[in-house]
Formats: sequence, C-alpha cells, structure tokens
Amino acid sequence: MGKLTIGTFSSLVGSLSLDFAVKLAEAAVKKGHEVDFWLSGNATMLGKKNQSKFRDYSYLLGTIEELLKTGKFQITLCEACGKARGIHKEDIIEGMNIYSMDWYLASMYNADRVIHIGGE
Amino acid sequence: MAVKKYAFIIEKLPYKSETSRLALTHAIASQTVEIHLEEGESVEPVIAFVGDGVLNCLKDQKALDMYGVTSQEMHIKNALLLDLKVLVCKEDLEKYGLTEDDIIMDAEEIGGEVTTEIVPFSEIMNVIETADQVLFF
Repeated sequence: MGKLTIGTFSSLVGSLSLDFAVKLAEAAVKKGHEVDFWLSGNATMLGKKNQSKFRDYSYLLGTIEELLKTGKFQITLCEACGKARGIHKEDIIEGMNIYSMDWYLASMYNADRVIHIGGE
Repeated sequence: MAVKKYAFIIEKLPYKSETSRLALTHAIASQTVEIHLEEGESVEPVIAFVGDGVLNCLKDQKALDMYGVTSQEMHIKNALLLDLKVLVCKEDLEKYGLTEDDIIMDAEEIGGEVTTEIVPFSEIMNVIETADQVLFF
C-alpha cells in the first residue's frame, strides 16, 4: 500500500475543491493507503470544531473524524494560516495537528503520490 | 545524501488571492524541512513564475505601506537571500512588455548573492519534467 499526500488551499465554503480532496482521501484510505492531508490558506477553516451541518454548505468534519479513527489518516493545519484566521490549537478538532509549512514539504518527500489542490 | 527537487510554479496574480504568497512561503519553508526528515535527506526548491504570475516579480511594491502586509517583493528577496533558484518566464514577461529593469532581479541590499534568472519557457518545462514534485500555484 502507498502513501498519498494531499495539499489543500481552497476554502471550506465557496468551492467544492475541499470536498473533492476529502472524498479522494476517503477513497484512498478505504483502499488501504495512508493519507497525509495538509490544510493551508483558506482550507484551514476545515479544522475548526463546532461546525454546523446545513444542507446549503459543505460539511466535511464527520468524514474527517471517521478517517482519523482509521489510523491511516493524518491531517495537519498550517500554523500561520490558522492563527491569522483566529484558529488556534484549542479551536480545532481532536486528532488534528498544527505545524508549519515545512511539514507539508516533508510529507511529500516520501509520498508515493502528491496531489496539490491550489486555492482560489 | 538524497535531495529531492520541488518545483513551485506560480501562475496566479499577486494580491488578488493568497495563492502566490503561499507558494513563496511554502518554498521558503524548505529551509527548515530537515527537522522532519531523516539525516541526509533534504529538499531543493525551484521557484518559477509563468503567465500572469510574472507580475509577482514587479519592483517597488507598496503592500507594506498601503495594507501593512509583506509584499511579494519582500518574499522574493528573501528567497534570493536564501539562495533559492528563482526563474521568470521570458516569453510571459515579454507579453506584458516587461524587461529585467522592471522586475526584482536581486536582493543585494539585504545581502543576497544569487539573482533572478529570466529563462525561456522550455527551461521551465525542463524544471517541471525533472522535478520530484511539482506544485502549481
């Protein structure tokens, strides 16, 4: 089985790029692969806890929580991008990491595939 | 020592979104990546501006004065200071009627030694083809 690194930069609301990335991660984990998932820029909104589920907006936290339980999925939020948006360690869901941008670059180093999904 | 080459290809305009800024900050973050890697492993970033992205390289940006945020110019100069390879697509510069006099070519005032390279698109394609990872911003 391989390791997939997915970098995301699009916002949780206003684009479906993040939805696509999470679906891709879910499919990869279901096939037995490991996934490192990087949240940068506006994508850091995905890390915020206490999101409400409305049908008009994407709700991805449930899937993320299920993926974290598999042990094959790591999700990391960019520290500077998060702090600039008022998202700190205490604001994010349990199991999510906060690191600086070098984490993403390091994750790519030994990934079998990297999918970098740019921002708006 | 295993060095992996990452190509940061920047096509987005500056300031319209955060994208090109994130490209530069991620590229600069390569300087500390080794804390997460095994001994002997490292990353060599190459930054290439193409298409509208060449406008990130214009001189005399005033983002700090006008908006109180660091400019793309400051990030590019920091990249040069750190000896990162910075390429600008020659054909795309010409499309905008720009020359090396209009763009950031060095970071001499802060002690940088390497300079920006204006190169044909074919050379940037070569960087893309030989990179271990390509990150398109």
